[in-house]
Amino acid sequence: MPRTNDHSNQTGIKWRHRLSVRLSILFSVFSVLIFGLTLGYNYYQARKMILARMEDQARNIVAAATGRVSTTIASVTAVTESMARALETMSYDDARLLNFIQTSVLSHPDVFGSTVAFEPYPDSRFPTPYAPYFYKIPGGVGYIDLTDSYDYTLQDWYQIPRELKQSEWSEPYFDEGGGNILMSTYSVPFYEEHNNRKRFAGIVTADLSLEHLTNIVSSIRVLKTGYGCLLSRNGVFLVHPRQNIVMNESLFSIAEERHNQDLRDIGRRMAAGETGFISFNTLEGVPSWMYYAPLRQMGWTLAVVFPKDELLADIRTLTLMMAAMGLAGIFLLAMIVVYISESITRPIRALAEASDKIAAGDFEAGLPETHSKDEVGALTRDFQAMQNSLKDYIRQLTETTAARERMESELEIAHDIQMSILPKTFPPFPTREEFDLYALIAPAREVGGDFYDFFQLGEDRLCFVIGDVSGKGVPAALFMAVTKTLIKSFARDDVSPEAILNHVNQELAAENEACMFVTLFCGLLDMKSGEIRYANAGHNPPLLVKKNGTAEWLPRARSLVAGAMPDVRYECDRIRLFPGDSLFLYTDGVTEAMNAAEELFSEDRLLDVLSGSSETPIKAAIGEVMAAIDRFSEGVPQSDDITMMMIRFSGG
Amino acid sequence: MKNARAVYITAFFSIVMLIFLVLPHSAACGEGALIPSTMIPLWSPQAQFAGYYVALEKGFYRKNGIDMTILRGGPACPGCESLKDGRADFAILWLTTAIRQYGEGLRLVNAGQIIPRSAMMLVAKKSRGIRQPSDMNGKTVSVWGGDLAIPPRAFFKKYGIRVTEIPQSYTVNLFLRDGVDVASAMWYNEYHTILNTGINPDELNVFSLSDYGLNFPEDGIYMLESAYRKNPGLAVACARASLEGWQYAFAHPDEALDIVIRHMRQANICANRTHQKWMLSRMRDLITPVLEADDNGRLNRADFESVSTFLFQSGLIDVIPDYGHFTGEIHAQD
Repeated sequence: MPRTNDHSNQTGIKWRHRLSVRLSILFSVFSVLIFGLTLGYNYYQARKMILARMEDQARNIVAAATGRVSTTIASVTAVTESMARALETMSYDDARLLNFIQTSVLSHPDVFGSTVAFEPYPDSRFPTPYAPYFYKIPGGVGYIDLTDSYDYTLQDWYQIPRELKQSEWSEPYFDEGGGNILMSTYSVPFYEEHNNRKRFAGIVTADLSLEHLTNIVSSIRVLKTGYGCLLSRNGVFLVHPRQNIVMNESLFSIAEERHNQDLRDIGRRMAAGETGFISFNTLEGVPSWMYYAPLRQMGWTLAVVFPKDELLADIRTLTLMMAAMGLAGIFLLAMIVVYISESITRPIRALAEASDKIAAGDFEAGLPETHSKDEVGALTRDFQAMQNSLKDYIRQLTETTAARERMESELEIAHDIQMSILPKTFPPFPTREEFDLYALIAPAREVGGDFYDFFQLGEDRLCFVIGDVSGKGVPAALFMAVTKTLIKSFARDDVSPEAILNHVNQELAAENEACMFVTLFCGLLDMKSGEIRYANAGHNPPLLVKKNGTAEWLPRARSLVAGAMPDVRYECDRIRLFPGDSLFLYTDGVTEAMNAAEELFSEDRLLDVLSGSSETPIKAAIGEVMAAIDRFSEGVPQSDDITMMMIRFSGG
Repeated sequence: MKNARAVYITAFFSIVMLIFLVLPHSAACGEGALIPSTMIPLWSPQAQFAGYYVALEKGFYRKNGIDMTILRGGPACPGCESLKDGRADFAILWLTTAIRQYGEGLRLVNAGQIIPRSAMMLVAKKSRGIRQPSDMNGKTVSVWGGDLAIPPRAFFKKYGIRVTEIPQSYTVNLFLRDGVDVASAMWYNEYHTILNTGINPDELNVFSLSDYGLNFPEDGIYMLESAYRKNPGLAVACARASLEGWQYAFAHPDEALDIVIRHMRQANICANRTHQKWMLSRMRDLITPVLEADDNGRLNRADFESVSTFLFQSGLIDVIPDYGHFTGEIHAQD
């Protein structure tokens, strides 16, 4: 059957359905996925390593800075402690004391100033407050008595070590006289014997300029803009790149101003002397890392802050570079995949186009030339072979079809001929009123072997016959024609039905090489008396429908079919029809008519239809049987001829 | 700076205009001339005195007929001395100080009670186990010197506590370093300083003296009785202008803080804006009732009598001053 050309099914495979494109997309997607995962993992690991290294580095920076200042701090602490111990043991007068302090200041470069502040007991050497203070000035030392400036007993540097009974570094302060230098004072309490008891005698101090420390911290540079900062015990900024917050703001005041609880928590951890490496946002809001550690001697905190961006800038650049290179590579590979798969699929596509044409009926369509030995080459050669076989097959098919068509038309003619030899004029003998006869044959699709016949024998006798040849087709038709001719030619006025059958059987069996046979029912009706003599050669027994409506089968004949074997003797039976009685003859096409469920119409149904049909005209009765069969079979085509004949006797 | 100059010029002309408009109604004014006056706050510049600085800055004193100069207060410059030697016409003093001085013969008049209740507190770290007043027994408590020691001592007396008093300096470092168990603190100042060294409020036990029946009013405006007699209207004008200053400061806290911090910088004092902001907010809590009462800061008689009685019973004064004389009501009727 020729196919209509549908372009979408032929050469026009949409580009996104092409194998090469799909392969390339699939490849690219998975490559990007794998590459992305690898890159992400790489970035994550590198970041972790860098962070770990950075923490180490920050720790080293802090340790180095602490180390650099600790010698200075240690020397100041040592000087002050030794002064205090000396004061506890040496005996001194005022001049010697002043000389002692002055010498200490002059001989220790790290000590900016020093005082010995006495607790004013009424019974002590200095009953009123006395605190001689020496301090460095360009080219020498200056001297004042601190009592002239303020009540030193209320000063932190005096009060705190006095109450705590331990040495203390003060909170840093700006020295007002010393050119705005940030200072911290180390205070050591000293004691004296009084009434055999040790009592607090006063405080020795040494002032340390924090210039050195702040220089060290402020010179810390990490990455591009990372910086160091120093915070006092109270969280006050001592060193910070933002000069305006130094000594003015503390971590806590900024936390309060910005409602930043995290910052406050950081400050609390610092105040507790903890060490930490944390992620936080700087005062400028830059996401950063911070390493912080306490400056143990003073209880202050040294921190190193560096922006995350800068820390990760290198690996970020590297990652972006790798991503760009990787993507370019994947794109290139995708192109190569397209190219390679195109070179594979091109012959396949050509083959598909050619096979499309073949599918559309163009068996002469040329297949692509191929010399390759790969799968596509093999496939093309197979197609070539298939095309050739198809061509041969189609040619044979065409020839066979022509032959069959010729035969079929011949068969049809045979069928027509067969039908035409059956009598079809009803009523057959319009002048005879003793009986009525009607017959019907509904041929099946193929030419079958059913037949009926009737003719007058002499004045008062009617011979009627119904038969069914075994098999189908032309042989059956010919056999039927032969049978019919034999019956007709043998029937004489005085012949009996069994003689007819004997003769027909003899003739048929004599030269029956095809081993065909025929069932026959042959009857002779005496039109005067209504008596029927009949003989049956293996045919379905007819049905006797009485005038009163009852119906009964004629006794089943125990006799052989005709033509099967020679020398069969058929016997004669008799019945008598009374006026109004009918005899119904049929072939097995009636009782063996099938419906879709493969149930048979059956003799019972036939009996049902015909019971009480004695008043119905015979043509109508046969019509009813036919209608009953049609209803039963529900349009299922019947494989056998359906033949019926009915004779009603009206009386002589 | 051009802008600043422009502001000053505008302010100046505005003030001139205001004076021109207000003059006929002002009781404090002579015939058109501003009365030059000086005021000395209790302490160095800080938000505790924001209202006075703002009143000066915004011209409220001039509006009320006073050409005010605010002197720099501080430890070296006690208010009473300045009044005595005539350096200051007005001084900001605590009520306890004023009554005690009155008892010692310095005739003062309360021109306006600005802080009508006590903002003083005793603070202890919870870790020191001080939960109630009696827990302070036998502990060390740092107490300020002078009249600032009166309220804590009243507290110790009221609860029968014996403590070791340590003189308290201007910082809270001794307390932070655990050199004392309990420290004195002003709600608006030291308490916040403590919080801003990283100690959380829930780590502290706070005894606000006002919660323990020791509600001694604090900052008030005082002048010598002799000066008051000469011009009672001046006292009223000063109190009115000062309260206007406070009102403005609370309505415009940022501007008020700018003014205060500028005064602090001029006095070379470290200025922490966050801290000053806290102080101004607490001042608002303390002073708002006075602004709402709208009686020009009239000293509450019951408060006056309660403080006087306490000082008398403590032997700090020999005679309880007369309320009418102390507030100037009697002189005003003269």
